[in-house]
Amino acid sequence: MSPVKKPKLAVWKFASCSGCQLSLLDVEEALLEIAGAVHIANFPEASRAVVRGPYDLSLVEGSVTTPHDAERIHKVRRQSKFLVTIGACATAGGIQALRNFSNIEEYTRIVYAHPEYIKTLNKSTPIREHVKVDFELRGCPVDKMQLVEVLSAFLNNRKPNIRSHSVCMECKIKGNPCVTVVNGTPCLGPVTHAGCGSICPSFNRGCYGCFGPKEHPNRHSMSRVLTEIGLSNPEIVRSYRNFNAAAGPFRKESEYHED
Amino acid sequence: MKTDKTIKVDYLARVEGEGALYVKIKNDKVTDCKLKIFEPPRFFEAFLRGRHYSEVPDITARICGICPIAYQMASSQAMESALGLEVDGQLRDLRRLIYCGEWIESHVLHTFMLHAPDFLGYQDAIQMASDYPDQVALGLKLKKLGNDLMTTIGGREIHPVNIRVGGFHRAPSETELEPLIERIEWGLDAAMGATEFLSGLKIPDFEVDYEYVALSHPDEYPICEGRLVSNRGLDIPIEEFETHFEEIHVKHSTSLQSRIKARSNYLVGPLARFNLEYEKLPKSAKDAAKIAGIEPGCNNPFKSILVRSVETVFALDEALRILKSYKKPDQSYVETKPSRSTGIGCTEAPRGICWHRYSIDDDGIVTEAKIVPPTSQNQSTIEEDLRQLIPTRLELSKDDLTWMCEQAVRNYDPCISCSCHFLKLHLDRE
Ligand code: SF4
Ligand code: SF4
Repeated sequence: MSPVKKPKLAVWKFASCSGCQLSLLDVEEALLEIAGAVHIANFPEASRAVVRGPYDLSLVEGSVTTPHDAERIHKVRRQSKFLVTIGACATAGGIQALRNFSNIEEYTRIVYAHPEYIKTLNKSTPIREHVKVDFELRGCPVDKMQLVEVLSAFLNNRKPNIRSHSVCMECKIKGNPCVTVVNGTPCLGPVTHAGCGSICPSFNRGCYGCFGPKEHPNRHSMSRVLTEIGLSNPEIVRSYRNFNAAAGPFRKESEYHED
Repeated sequence: MKTDKTIKVDYLARVEGEGALYVKIKNDKVTDCKLKIFEPPRFFEAFLRGRHYSEVPDITARICGICPIAYQMASSQAMESALGLEVDGQLRDLRRLIYCGEWIESHVLHTFMLHAPDFLGYQDAIQMASDYPDQVALGLKLKKLGNDLMTTIGGREIHPVNIRVGGFHRAPSETELEPLIERIEWGLDAAMGATEFLSGLKIPDFEVDYEYVALSHPDEYPICEGRLVSNRGLDIPIEEFETHFEEIHVKHSTSLQSRIKARSNYLVGPLARFNLEYEKLPKSAKDAAKIAGIEPGCNNPFKSILVRSVETVFALDEALRILKSYKKPDQSYVETKPSRSTGIGCTEAPRGICWHRYSIDDDGIVTEAKIVPPTSQNQSTIEEDLRQLIPTRLELSKDDLTWMCEQAVRNYDPCISCSCHFLKLHLDRE
């Protein structure tokens, strides 16, 4: 065994699509390098080998949606020096938080013929509502280079360098023409957290908010713009109800526009 | 002496999603065999109701981070069939092209990172890399090529943003795609080399008499469209899926299992496509099959790793063909007004057919959604494989037998996040 003890990394999955943890395998060039710098101690999607905790850093993907997971997240926290949530599911409840606006029994009946078999909670909640979280990385999915930055920051005991402005600002930096001004396309860029590098506007479509609300978004003025472009109230509600539907500002703004 | 054993794998590794395995052996017989799914349900079919049809592809993508394009494409095509839209010419090619990217990425991820370590006795690809550094590096580079193909066309590799009902938000220019040509030419060579490496793996002897189901197109290896066919005479349009297939609730089983009503369980995915549609593979892929030592009639599920490698060659060859003839279309999508109707879509995800049905109203709002992903279709076949495999391997130690069972499950590259949202779950734990 190597004499220098490498920091132990664990990756945990809750209700999710696995896209965020897959991002870690998608940093192809850096993967073997990362594997050299950390001890991947618990990452079932990539390895059979499981090393017991405690772990220096836990990456948590997914939201809490079952009674069992509500307990499990505490176990994860107890074994982790740092706990970082990755992606919209873990930081905001994900697309599955659309249940929070409905009647879960009705949902269960629609999908499953034997609803009595399904043990699920009424709400899909972010990890933060259950345990202390040391850092939250946004996105559905997370940006893989941001993920690498967070990894290296925590392993080197420094603060991750993740900017907190809006997607709208990223467009300005990139020099993208504004899709709303030029084409009248609805775009949540002004209220959405930066991080993706303005992918959607670069592909001629509006941002649909997959990185969730930025800090202190001016949500009312955002909705005013959407109304001016011609969106109806139900359309505005749906714009906010996607992968970050349960994130405070998006939830409040969608409820505000509900009849 | 007769064997009594219980094999329990509480958390299946190197598969996507949360699953477990439980096998009970009594007097040399498998008395219980369950591939358990404890992935929490996410209720996609429920919350798709009430959404506008145009929002559906972005939402269904989030069912699975490994094969988002399969979901985006099947739901887009279902909506197009509901709307009476025809997507053809360069737009159709562009779809096939981005889908090739997903096949490459997903297949290479599985063969090199998730499955090859089983054949060589490593816990994971990172361990494997210390003895096979060049091969793992080659795999990673090929995987990246698939990702870059998706990113160039779709904006990012996981949950690409550019796919929409009717086509794309923005069709890429020729100059954007051009740099990929040279890299894919490299990739084709590299994938041949990868196939050669994989053909040296020690493949367990094991054969099963499967019913294979895949899409079949008159002149193309199937990706986006076709009729549903099988080696036992099934030949139906995708619209008749529900007439011929059903999902039944097996007693004591924790999940819905798909079967062909007239017969039984079946297999979808690379092995099915290869056996049914081999003739439509390009020469390069047929050459790869020769290198791998496989031909149609290959009924050994452990050889699916070789078939994935052959299909990787196919996907690269197909991508190259499309890239070389690509002309940016004048319109990046086609569009029309919705009216009340129902549409069905089915595409070949890397793991097999992914079938969708949606009903929409006059405003284009979804009133009903049904999705049948590949892994839930394979689930009972996976269990059946184990039932047949274990009695032939009773001489193995418990650890080795457990690993062998895991490896057999991974033959299917199961995608549990996909399957679970449509399965009945019973969280009964031992
Ligand atoms: S945030 Fe999005 S990409 Fe990440 S796990 Fe959740 S659904 Fe998947
Ligand atoms: S532009 Fe918006 S929706 Fe698109 S990837 Fe970025 S944050 Fe997500």
